[in-house]
Amino acid sequence: MNKFLLFSLLIAFSFISLMVGSKSIAINELFSMDEEQFLVFTASRIPRTLSLLITGAGISVAGFIMQQIAQNKFVSPTTAGTLDAAKMGILFALIFLPDVGLFGKISFALVFCFIASLIFILLIKRIQIKDIVIVPLLGIMFGNVLSAIATYFAIKYNIVQNVEGWLMGDFSGILQGQYETLYLIIPIVAISYLFAYQFTLIGMGESFSKNLGVSYNTFLYIGLLLVSLTVSASVVTVGVIPFLGLIIPNLVRMYKGDNLRKNLPFIAMYGALFLLVSDIFGRIIIAPYEIPIGLMVGVIGGLIFFYLIFRRQK
Amino acid sequence: MIKRKIGILVIALLICIALFMFYGLGSNLSYILPKRAIRVWTIIVVASSIGYSSIIFQTITQNKILTPSIMGYESVFILFQTILVFLYGDKTFQVLQHSGNFLLSTLAMLVFSLFIYLIIFKNHQQNIYQLLLIGLILGTLFQTLSSFLQIIIDPNEFSIIENHMFASFSNMNTGLLSLATGLLIISFAIGQYFIKYLDILALGREHAINLGVPYNKMVQVLLLIISIMVSVSTALVGPILFLGILVSNITYQYLPTHKHKYLLLACSLISCIVVFLGQFLIEHIFNFSTAVSIIINFIGGVYFIYLILKSRK
Repeated sequence: MNKFLLFSLLIAFSFISLMVGSKSIAINELFSMDEEQFLVFTASRIPRTLSLLITGAGISVAGFIMQQIAQNKFVSPTTAGTLDAAKMGILFALIFLPDVGLFGKISFALVFCFIASLIFILLIKRIQIKDIVIVPLLGIMFGNVLSAIATYFAIKYNIVQNVEGWLMGDFSGILQGQYETLYLIIPIVAISYLFAYQFTLIGMGESFSKNLGVSYNTFLYIGLLLVSLTVSASVVTVGVIPFLGLIIPNLVRMYKGDNLRKNLPFIAMYGALFLLVSDIFGRIIIAPYEIPIGLMVGVIGGLIFFYLIFRRQK
Repeated sequence: MIKRKIGILVIALLICIALFMFYGLGSNLSYILPKRAIRVWTIIVVASSIGYSSIIFQTITQNKILTPSIMGYESVFILFQTILVFLYGDKTFQVLQHSGNFLLSTLAMLVFSLFIYLIIFKNHQQNIYQLLLIGLILGTLFQTLSSFLQIIIDPNEFSIIENHMFASFSNMNTGLLSLATGLLIISFAIGQYFIKYLDILALGREHAINLGVPYNKMVQVLLLIISIMVSVSTALVGPILFLGILVSNITYQYLPTHKHKYLLLACSLISCIVVFLGQFLIEHIFNFSTAVSIIINFIGGVYFIYLILKSRK
C-alpha cells in the first residue's frame, strides 16, 4: 500500500470514527447538527478520534524504538514490562500523592518506566543464550514481578483489588479537556523520525555504532526516554493497549523491508489505522455499549503475535 | 538418605499444619476448628495437585521450566467457566449443576492439553523457550478472552458468578471440596500405577518406545491426570502462576534422585509446606493485607528470571 492510499484510508476511517457511536451522526448531518449532536461531536468524537490517531502512531513508534535498542524484534512495551512499570508508577502516585494531577501521574509513570527499561536492558545484556525468544520471555516475567509488587501495594492500601485488569485501555472516557496530555506524543514521534538513522545504528550493537561515530549511550538514553514518555502519557490518559507496539512494526517490516527511516511514517500510520478500526469495531459489536479497546487489541494482537512466532520457524 | 529427607519433609508439614490449626485460637473452638480444618484440607488438596502435576508435566516434556500453569492451563479453565456462564446466563446453576460445570471445564481442559501436547510434540526438536513464550501468550490471550466475555455478559448475571470464578486462598470455593478430593484420590491411584513408567518416560520418547513402553497411550493418561489436577486446584483457589515451577525446582535441588516414586511425593509435600507457610505469614504477620498468590508470584517470578539468566546452551 503506498503512502497516499494509506493516508486516504486514515482520513476515511477518521470520518467514520467521528460518526459512529451511541449517538450517531450521519454524514449529511455534519453541517446541520442540532445542539446535542454538536456537543457530542466537539466534546467527545473529535477528542476521541484525535487521541486514537496519536496513541496508535505513538505506541507503534515506541515499540519500534524499543526493538532497535534491545536488538530484538519481539520486544515492545507489552513484552518488556514497560506497561506494568507505568501502571506501578500511577499506583504509587495515587498512594503517596493522592492529590497530584494528571501531570504528576505522568511524571511518576515516566520515572518508573525509565528505570524499569534500564533494568530490562541490563538484564538482557546478562543473558547467555542467544535466542530471540528469550528476551521477550524475560520481559514478560519481569512485567509479572513488577505487577506482583504493584498488586501487593494496591491491596495493602485498598486502592484496587486487581491490578491486572486495572487501567484497561479504553477510549470511551476521552473527553475534551482530559486528553490533551496526549499531544506530548506528537513531538516524540517527530524526534524519533529525526534520529531514525542513529537508532538504526545502535540497533546494530554497541561497538558497531561507536565505530561509526554514534554515541551509543546517549542514544540509548534518548530512546528509552522517548519510549517512557509515550507509554506514560498514553497509559495515564487511555490505559493499557497491549501488543500494539509489537505487531505493527513487525508487520510493516515484513512487507517493507528494513529501511527504518522510510518505514517510520508507515509504522505510525498503520498503527493509527489499526487502532482506529479496532475502536470502531469495539463501538459497533455490542452497541449501544462498548468493548474496551484494550480487549479488542489484546485478542487480535495476541493472535498476530502467535502468527509471528510460528512464522519464524518456517 | 532419601527416605530420611522425605521424613524431614513429613515432620515439617505436620508442624506447619499444627501451627496453622492451633495458632492464635480464640475461645470459640467449636466454630474455629472445623473452619480451619476445611481450609487445611483445601490447601493440601490444591498444593499437592499442583506439585504432582508439575513434576509429571516436566517429565513428559523433558525440561524443568515448563509447568501446566505457565502453559496456560489455568487460564483455559477460567475461560471455559466464563463461556459456560456466557451461554447459559444466570440459568447456569439451574441448567448445569455446579459440579457439572466443573466437570465440563475439566473435559475442555483435556482437549486443550492434547492440543498443547501436539504443539510440544511437533516442536520436539525446537527449543523450549519458544514453547514457553507460546504458553505465556496463550495464557494472556485466554485471560483477555475471558475478560472480553465477562464484559459482554450482563452485569447482573456476572455478579452471580463472580464469587465462584475468582477464588483465592482467602476466598476458597469449598463447595467443590468433596468432589475435588474424590477426583484427586482417583488420580493419585491411577498415578501410583504409572509411577514406574515415569522413570522411563523421563529418558525421552525414543528410549521409552525402545524399552517397550506404550508411549502415546501412557502420555494421554498422564495428560488426563494433569488436566484433572489443574482443574481441581484452579476451581478451588484460582490460578497461581508460579507455584509449580518454584516447588518442582526446590524438589530437584533437595532430592538428588530421578525416581519419581520419591520426586512426586517430595514435591507434593514441599508444595503443601510452601503454601501453608505463605498463608500463615499472610494471616498472622501481614494481617491479611495481601494474598499468598502475590507473594508466590513475586518469588517465583524472580526465581524464574534467575533460571533464565543462569541457563546456558
